[in-house]
Amino acid sequence: MSNQNTDTTEVAAGVMLILIAVFFGWQTLDLEVGTSLRMGPGYFPMILSGLLLILGIIVLLSAFRQKGEPFGRVAWRGLLFILPAPVFFGLTVRGLGFVPSLFITTLIAAQASVKMRPLPALILAVAVTVFSTFVFSYALGLPFRRFGPWLPL
Amino acid sequence: MELLSNLGLGFSVAGSFANLAFCLIGAILGTLIGVLPGIGATATIAMLLPITFQLEPVSSLIMLAGIYYGAQYGGSTTAILINMPGESSSAVTAIDGYQMARKGRAGAALAICAIGSFFAGTVSTFLVAIFAPWLTEQALKFGAAEYFSLMVLGLVMSVVLAHGSIVKALAMVVLGLLLGVVGTDIYTGTPRFTMGITEYADGLNFVALAVGVFGIAEILRNLEDESETREVMTASVRNLWPTREDFRAMVGPVLRGTGIGSLLGILPGGGAILASFASYTMEKKISKNPQEFGKGAIAGVAGPESANNAGAQTSFIPLLTLGIPANPVMALMIGAMIIQGIVPGPSVVTDQPELFWGIIASMWIGNLMLVVLNLPLIGLWVKLLTVPYYILFPIIMAMCSIGVYSVASNTFDLYAVAFFGLLGYLMSKLRFEPAPLLLGFVLGPLLEENLRRAMILSRGDATTFVTRPISLTLLLMSLGVLVLVLLPAIRKGRDEVFVESEG
Repeated sequence: MSNQNTDTTEVAAGVMLILIAVFFGWQTLDLEVGTSLRMGPGYFPMILSGLLLILGIIVLLSAFRQKGEPFGRVAWRGLLFILPAPVFFGLTVRGLGFVPSLFITTLIAAQASVKMRPLPALILAVAVTVFSTFVFSYALGLPFRRFGPWLPL
Repeated sequence: MELLSNLGLGFSVAGSFANLAFCLIGAILGTLIGVLPGIGATATIAMLLPITFQLEPVSSLIMLAGIYYGAQYGGSTTAILINMPGESSSAVTAIDGYQMARKGRAGAALAICAIGSFFAGTVSTFLVAIFAPWLTEQALKFGAAEYFSLMVLGLVMSVVLAHGSIVKALAMVVLGLLLGVVGTDIYTGTPRFTMGITEYADGLNFVALAVGVFGIAEILRNLEDESETREVMTASVRNLWPTREDFRAMVGPVLRGTGIGSLLGILPGGGAILASFASYTMEKKISKNPQEFGKGAIAGVAGPESANNAGAQTSFIPLLTLGIPANPVMALMIGAMIIQGIVPGPSVVTDQPELFWGIIASMWIGNLMLVVLNLPLIGLWVKLLTVPYYILFPIIMAMCSIGVYSVASNTFDLYAVAFFGLLGYLMSKLRFEPAPLLLGFVLGPLLEENLRRAMILSRGDATTFVTRPISLTLLLMSLGVLVLVLLPAIRKGRDEVFVESEG
């Protein structure tokens, strides 16, 4: 925060809004706008993208008139392990099946904390998998394949 | 005596053994997740939502009511014991509740919360039962233009109540509306913003958005700094029952809080959050010892908690009669109803009276469960607070993954969870409030549909929104509210209320 009169967080916020607005606006170009009597699929999103763009510009401009506040820490390790967990589950739940997929998903998520040791992580993943398989698959009868076609069973 | 027979119908539905059991399970689960530090009521409900989808509509909503009450109570517990409110509505409770806990009166503070909430819940259940049918009749007169204007008012109110910058909260509403539009256009069948992914043709999954933006973003925030240790007031949770003096001190605040909360809860977009702030400010103003506030005043716990609960209860009125959610939690309820195939709105009362009255009765039963269940079990919940966070969040991640997948067995919903988790975290780092986004997302399709229908009905004449009296009134109210908060003087006052709550 070298410049006292610019709030970098607000600059980033404004830029993010503008980028999102431009993205939606650009996607709207392919849609038929129609008239105000018979609005096409693009009419409402077009108004919204325009609004978002204006709001983004206001946020960006007012950022240069206020003092910056510290941005704070970023949970890099959290981002690295938390976000892939549901993605991995999505990629493998059909192929590997519910049981192995959930086991690995929990293991991945457990890595997000520096305080988690390998053995407790393993025990936790086993416990979560056993519990969930019992509750969701057997008791609630959700239609999950417990072991999928990718496994040589 | 129509009121009594209606309530009777409600209790006969909600009072069946199976539904009572679902309500109980919901209350336990809600408290279980709700007491986890840093996870507020909205995140709790978002995470538990998928579990209820396997049930039939009435049972599912009854279980949800239990979850809701449990989550609220769990939030108050963390606010009091570790000064960590998961939600802005319990931020007020934390001010004096935590101070009571530090004086060794945590047990009394928790009991006051439960009893105050229960009283407020009982009164407002009757209010809902009295006013909902009348409002439903009014709502049947609503055309597309009125609906559009009412939703605009609701969205504006949610902006006003958000923390921080108004412009940024407005931007979140607009972004929410845009995300709500993703999917197939209902009039022409044209896919919009789906990137050619057919799995998103039905729109983005509401649960995926809620779990990502609220749940996962909160987990990430908690993982930012793992070195801090929290001070848990476990030793002091004895002597649960408040003393006679406590009871005397809480009667007034509870009554006033119930009144304020019931009134504010009816406003779309307002509801519980505003209610607890208003009650706290009022109690402080009329108290004989205002210096006690912030140092463990009983009125500072009893008033806001009652107001919060009464407001939460009466916010069911706009939800059930008009289909307009008053706050993020109600938005989650609407999402749950839509997934169950129920379109919230005036027709619910006439077409499905057992559902309508069943939900109202179950709200009260959920509240009762809380008093019966949680006062004795509080020791258990306190133990849960001592479980280290790094054990809890992998479990939460696994449950979220299963939950989101179980909604529609769509693996793309899981990718959306990760995306919205990232977006939610980024938004919180850039000081955006997620609540207006969720409200916008839920209302987006409804807003567009009513806008288009109103324009077709008026033959393309946009003045339809200002020539119809109800619609004009609603729009003028939205404009008035927006102008008011943008005025510098009032803006300052609003900031002070929030600063006070964080102090």
